[in-house]
Amino acid sequence: MARRVTRTRKWAVTIIAWAIGILIFFPILWTFLTSFKTEGEAVAMPPSLLLFDWTLDNYREVQQRSDYFMHFLNSVTISLGSTVIGLIIAVPAAWAMAFQPTKRTKDLLMWMLSTKMMPAVGVLVPIYLIFRDTGLLDSRLGLTIILTLIDLPIIIWMLYTYFKEIPTEILEAARMDGASLYNEIVHVLTPMAVPGIASTLLLNVILAWNEAFWTLNLTAAQAAPLTAFIASYSSPEGLFYAKLSAASTMAIAPILILGWFSQKQLVRGLTFGAVK
Amino acid sequence: MSTYHSRAAGRLMVAPSVVLLFLWMIVPLGLTIYFSFLHYNLLMPGTETWTGFLNYSYFLTDPAFFTAIVNTLLIVVGVLIITIVGGILLALLLDQPMFGQGILRILVISPFFVMPTVAALVWKNMFMNPVSGLLAFLQKSMGFQPHDWLASTPLLAIIIIVAWQWLPFATLILLTALQSLDEEQREAAEMDGAGPVYRFIYIVMPHLGRAVTVVILIQTIFLLSVFAEILVTTNGGPGTDSTNLAYLVYAQALLQYDVGGASAGGIVAVILANIVAIFLMRMIGKTLEA
Amino acid sequence: MGSITLQQVNKKFGEVNVIPSIDLQVEEGEFVVFVGPSGCGKSTLLRLIAGLEDVTSGAVLIDGKDATRLPPAKRQLSMVFQSYALYPHMSVRANIAFPLKMAGMPKAEIDAKVADAAETLNLTDYLDRKPRQLSGGQRQRVAIGRAIVRQPSAFLFDEPLSNLDAALRVNMRLEISELHQQLKATMIYVTHDQVEAMTMADKIVVLNKGQVEQVGSPLDLYRSPANLFVAGFIGSPRMNFIRGAAAAAFGVETIGVRPEHMTILSEGGTWQGTVGVTEHLGSDTFLHVHTEDMGTLTVRAGGYVGFKPGDRVGITPDADRIHKFDGQGKAVK
Repeated sequence: MARRVTRTRKWAVTIIAWAIGILIFFPILWTFLTSFKTEGEAVAMPPSLLLFDWTLDNYREVQQRSDYFMHFLNSVTISLGSTVIGLIIAVPAAWAMAFQPTKRTKDLLMWMLSTKMMPAVGVLVPIYLIFRDTGLLDSRLGLTIILTLIDLPIIIWMLYTYFKEIPTEILEAARMDGASLYNEIVHVLTPMAVPGIASTLLLNVILAWNEAFWTLNLTAAQAAPLTAFIASYSSPEGLFYAKLSAASTMAIAPILILGWFSQKQLVRGLTFGAVK
Repeated sequence: MSTYHSRAAGRLMVAPSVVLLFLWMIVPLGLTIYFSFLHYNLLMPGTETWTGFLNYSYFLTDPAFFTAIVNTLLIVVGVLIITIVGGILLALLLDQPMFGQGILRILVISPFFVMPTVAALVWKNMFMNPVSGLLAFLQKSMGFQPHDWLASTPLLAIIIIVAWQWLPFATLILLTALQSLDEEQREAAEMDGAGPVYRFIYIVMPHLGRAVTVVILIQTIFLLSVFAEILVTTNGGPGTDSTNLAYLVYAQALLQYDVGGASAGGIVAVILANIVAIFLMRMIGKTLEA
Repeated sequence: MGSITLQQVNKKFGEVNVIPSIDLQVEEGEFVVFVGPSGCGKSTLLRLIAGLEDVTSGAVLIDGKDATRLPPAKRQLSMVFQSYALYPHMSVRANIAFPLKMAGMPKAEIDAKVADAAETLNLTDYLDRKPRQLSGGQRQRVAIGRAIVRQPSAFLFDEPLSNLDAALRVNMRLEISELHQQLKATMIYVTHDQVEAMTMADKIVVLNKGQVEQVGSPLDLYRSPANLFVAGFIGSPRMNFIRGAAAAAFGVETIGVRPEHMTILSEGGTWQGTVGVTEHLGSDTFLHVHTEDMGTLTVRAGGYVGFKPGDRVGITPDADRIHKFDGQGKAVK
């Protein structure tokens, strides 16, 4: 099976692939580099790639000007909160559907996914008004609720896919061995399901972190997560690429690193196990 | 494994999710339908009056509506074509033996984790700006007139930005699918005298079919409601050149405070999405069963 | 300890009547095999006894007590699954100890029992490994170990050997039979392989389409099958069934003759035909003989016979061992 690959060919492929890969990654790299430049160097033509005076001033200024850490904490609270609440609701449902399937289970799953197809704009107006009237507008609680609801179908699907891979016979074996439902869940199911639950958690934190419809429309200052924090840099009050870059780097770095670790699970999770 | 007790427990465990999702679907949607028949302006509370289908006829005859529909579909189709074709080519390339494949994968997947507002702002300012953007610099240094992406081809600019975000996703899924292709199948085809092109058409492509289906489904869900990229780059403009349905409804509601009109638009968006959804659900239903 | 009684047990999945109605008595210490083609309901029947499925109507009695509504954990039965169903995150030791832990047994006692079981099953050296580090046969033994530590009322086996290769299957078959002799416990064993049924069972229950076709000892079933189904299912190669004139000569619709109950001659004989394929197994030779009006007959001959494909031969059935069946397929005495 080991096909003979000539060294030249391997080198050629390596060079082409890396060139394209760096091209795709370049906007991120460029943002990262620019964040260490002065505003003058950031717009200099021709631009310099590495030979400039590296500075951390931009980071300091971004924190001072728009309180990065508050928005960072908002992002953490909202994405983690909505994912954890979502998991608490979804885990029992996914277990039931994976291990107690009925004739309607498949339709139920499809229906759940179809709620995801409903465009957010279709319900923007009432949600906005309800939030305005209940004081949930620009609150972390409000956003967490919304993100929980919009992520729930995906969380259920991901968990369902992972649970489906646990053979039912093992649960039956536990029952035959005298395990109560509680022991079955604690000693047999959970240890086997941990990897699936963990990757579901990871992927949903990423999705929630980057969600940018509800976070932009339902927050102003208090509860604004990083998506909205960055959007405030879109107003063209002078050019300030270096500060924009610093803010951008800080907004994407946490999730980018998390994403690198989860890229293997990403495929299985987001394709509901259809592609392995 | 299904006995009376376990079935009862199962129903109990599914109930919260079903109830929540049902409420989430039915309550706001019901309200949207109700609002869509009202003359309702946020700036004039208490003056709501029943107007029947007036909002719909306004919304549907608004030239911006037609533009928005076309733009919505252009974004979906444009990004799908770029990401799937690009994704297949990239996946084929990355599937070859090479040095540093692991790190390269990480580089290629990265844009997927970049939040839409960041992606849009970085592209808008640092790349597509006609004066100080990198693309302008490249054009100038090659002796061309710099192109003002956001002013003259705003929709194309948005498609490029969104495609940049989704290309990694498509690539990663297609690559994973490619790597699961049975080597013996490829070898059998080779023994049967099929050259590289025929192997690609008759062995590799059918194998990728399922992955492509999944990519289309997932991306369509997200692409139908592209919003942040438009908000922070063009604000739907110039004029309505880069307004899609999501942005149009947002503008109607939160910029013009016309709740009735926006609700009518929202319902139209829901209907449109449902047409697409029915089609897609059939596709994925079949794919996932196989 | 260990008798199981099924009373008019009926199971429906939705509208599908999988098991119309079964009455069955399994005696204490008996090795009972449920055998039948796939889809005959044998696994479902086992799962009804285990409590993994509800009976739709009827009763399951374990040791004379009604266990129909008892959850599986309370039935005092052990089960060995087709896929072994070992807990992948636990060591072999923890796997075997699991039922004892669930029963709340003190740690010292658990250790002693696990050591005992491991000794019996030759697993002592593997106690600290994870299931994925074991071979198929070893996994199977762990599954059996997990079943025997608890000293249940009865053991249930659901096609436990079907995932093993042929050589290992023969070995494990012997091991399970030895285990039965050693433990003298009730065992119910499900298989689609009639060889396993014949070699292991005290009592065979032949199932077809959710119904019991016949219950009896292996030799009973071999010597006097109650109907065409059992006659065709038990015995290898399959019994030859002959209709038409040859059957009419015996006054019945169909007659059946096993390949080993016929003699092949170079001339004469009751029936004539032409030799087709011959299969030489060394100890036996199976000849497929094409006849004019009775189809192809399989005949067993001794270690070596000189017949070649195309030879004309005569066949004489052993008159005492011709099975006769009426129009409904029932055996006629």
